[in-house]
Amino acid sequence: MINKVVSNADEAIKDIQDGMTLMLGGFGLCGIPENCIAALIKKGVKQLTCISNNAGVDDFGIGLMLKTRQVKKMISSYVGENAEFERQLLNGELEVELIPQGTLATRCMAAGYGMPAIFTPAGVGTEIAEGKETRNFHGKDYLLEMAFDADFAIVKAWKGDTAGNLIYHSTARNFNPAMAMAGKITIAEVENLVEAGDLDPDQIHTPGIYVHRIFQGARYEKRIENRTVRTHK
Amino acid sequence: MLDKDGIAKRIAKEIQDGYYVNLGIGIPTLVANYIPDGIQVVLQSENGLLGMGPFPFEGEESPDLINAGKQTITTLPGSSIFDSAESFGMIRAQKVDLTILGAMEVSENGDIANWKIPGKMVKGMGGAMDLVASAKNIIVAMQHVNKAGESKLLPTCTLPLTGVRCVKKIVTELGVFEIHPLGGFKLLERAPGISVDQIKNATAGKLIIDSDIPEMAV
Repeated sequence: MINKVVSNADEAIKDIQDGMTLMLGGFGLCGIPENCIAALIKKGVKQLTCISNNAGVDDFGIGLMLKTRQVKKMISSYVGENAEFERQLLNGELEVELIPQGTLATRCMAAGYGMPAIFTPAGVGTEIAEGKETRNFHGKDYLLEMAFDADFAIVKAWKGDTAGNLIYHSTARNFNPAMAMAGKITIAEVENLVEAGDLDPDQIHTPGIYVHRIFQGARYEKRIENRTVRTHK
Repeated sequence: MLDKDGIAKRIAKEIQDGYYVNLGIGIPTLVANYIPDGIQVVLQSENGLLGMGPFPFEGEESPDLINAGKQTITTLPGSSIFDSAESFGMIRAQKVDLTILGAMEVSENGDIANWKIPGKMVKGMGGAMDLVASAKNIIVAMQHVNKAGESKLLPTCTLPLTGVRCVKKIVTELGVFEIHPLGGFKLLERAPGISVDQIKNATAGKLIIDSDIPEMAV
């Protein structure tokens, strides 16, 4: 079997070049590939197009890559909570393409399923529909949306094995499985890397066929963006 | 007149036993606090969870378990977790019975605007466009007028649209309204202490008043 295990994030991302298109898993700060983001900053690759539901916060997640001016374009559904993002956007230093969250997820899924495009009703009759082909099926209008074409998908899982199989934890799953399927090259960073055979095949969320490189992250901060709690009675 | 909790409480009465419900951010989130006794509801969070529970007790929060508002939450017995593509698949396929969300404007044919104000920083539509394009039943929870005192129930929306001809019902601090199939806000109920004239004065779109309008029981 091809050895998919790499020693660390630096090795995993070593051939990511300026100007490439990356998918980055996560929803808010939940389930983001923290170690690869840190390695991309260390490597200093620039002019990146990042497909990710959000753009992190000022000092964490993709926000860190914005600060170092490595991102040319963000393709996201929601980009609040980030002052540096706002500043770069208003100054014309950053391109942003906002697309509906379900369209974002399904354009990833389509790439992973080998389908060139999808039809979705999201955005019909709005500015999102401008310039897009519309088709009517059974009396309802749908927009033609293209599958994403990303050079690399970078995902984060809870557990992974040396064959590249992945298991996510809780809602940190989010965009990771669809993106893992969609990358020309998929890098998975995991909290726990185990030997092939240690994971129950019935419990695998992402089969190893989609994962080209895997490593155990050196450390995880797993920051909480919006801590909400109840007080004990 | 209803306060925000009053609006939430009134909307909660629309929920039926066994419903799968998606709650937007703001007043809709409060609806979870007023689900009538004896009714089983499963809350969908579009980041990939069915069966959203209350906030965790202090010290028990997990960075891996959040809702679509990025708040730390809990699961419940019977909860399930799935990925974002599947989450919007079940939304698109109309498996979710009811969507409750906020709005900046609603037009008399059921168009909704709630994501963008020209000239202001646009944060994005998140899942709102997907939800309104597919949901079989959409109730809007919002204030009847904006901060400038202008009606948010309009002949046509002035702000960029989130979706067209999709809103079924609106609950504001003044009353309950149904979008008439031929266009217009059909007044169904008045909020406690609110007169039909007060509602007329606050509504810029076509208001349909068919009969005596009852005061709602909250």
